[in-house]
Amino acid sequence: MTGACGLWAYAITEHGGGDLSRLTGVAGGTVRTVAAGGFTVLVSDVDLAEFGEVALRRNLENLTWLEEVARAHHHVIEAAIRLFPLLPTRLATVYSSAAAVAAALARRGEELRAALRRVGGRVEWGVKTYAAPVQAGGETARGEVGAGGAGLAYLKRRRAQLTASERSARAALAGARAVHEELSGRAAQARLVPPQSAQLSGNQMPMLLNTAYLLDESASDGFASAVADAASTHPELRLELTGPWPPYSFAGED
Amino acid sequence: MTTGNVIQPGAEAAQLYGVSASGPAPANLGDILERVLDKGLVIAGDIQVNLLDIELLTIKLRLIVASLETAREVGINWWENDPWLSADAGRRADERELRAENRKLRGRISELESGEPNGSRR
Repeated sequence: MTGACGLWAYAITEHGGGDLSRLTGVAGGTVRTVAAGGFTVLVSDVDLAEFGEVALRRNLENLTWLEEVARAHHHVIEAAIRLFPLLPTRLATVYSSAAAVAAALARRGEELRAALRRVGGRVEWGVKTYAAPVQAGGETARGEVGAGGAGLAYLKRRRAQLTASERSARAALAGARAVHEELSGRAAQARLVPPQSAQLSGNQMPMLLNTAYLLDESASDGFASAVADAASTHPELRLELTGPWPPYSFAGED
Repeated sequence: MTTGNVIQPGAEAAQLYGVSASGPAPANLGDILERVLDKGLVIAGDIQVNLLDIELLTIKLRLIVASLETAREVGINWWENDPWLSADAGRRADERELRAENRKLRGRISELESGEPNGSRR
């Protein structure tokens, strides 16, 4: 590695960390640990020519670069969480030295310990709720041209179609809320996440709700079947279940 | 492939019901980005990049709901307080798009007014 190095942070744990040297992180770096204020931070060295402030800003605009880095970041967190409970840190948390890591954690000990207690031993499941495609409504009296003529008939038909689609949109939203309520009841915590655009989800159906649920690991199977049940009692919806994830959505304080 | 209407996205199906023998398949990029960029613990690094300032992230990756209007009607409008979604990013993007379209249309008009379309027909 040429030039100045920085430390890229992946996660914080109270566990000692152990030997993580077989784990490869961002930009091929070897994962190691830094002790800081009673915590262990998983880090790897990054070249500041690529990960310094200016370069980082530019590189984050590059989707190919971003994908590689995001996957590497996620990979380390996913592998490490099998070994011990941790709090994943947000992408692009970079330090100049181990001392700087310690300084950043110094005043937050209590809060971080509380967060670790909250998410420790738990996993996150994601549920995306889409409105199922609506069957094209029955064409009403298509051939008949009433007193108003073809124009009026068209307008009437169009209005009927609009009302029907509005009605089904409402039904889908009500269903989505009911499902969310039911699933929240099974979770230690639940969080609404902004729905994804079709481009991001790769799915043309409109996404109504995007939710994250924090669950005890042992509750995962029950949760998956609850989602399957919800899907069969709500034909107006399509549910997509992803996970288990490290508890990304529950690591922050809000 | 599907149980009822539960979508099992190809790569994650194995992970879902624990039938994977070789560890989890790579997750969908959108789902990963949503989490690593927007979630996760924020601790001040001494190399600071405010992810909100990154144009591509806010505009290209973020997530405008398909039916904002309908959702707002029934009161699911929490994202309006979400800095990712508000932050004027959408508006800025719209403006940029409008300007670009304007430029294109003006070009087209002057092309038409000048008589022969310049090579665009061939």
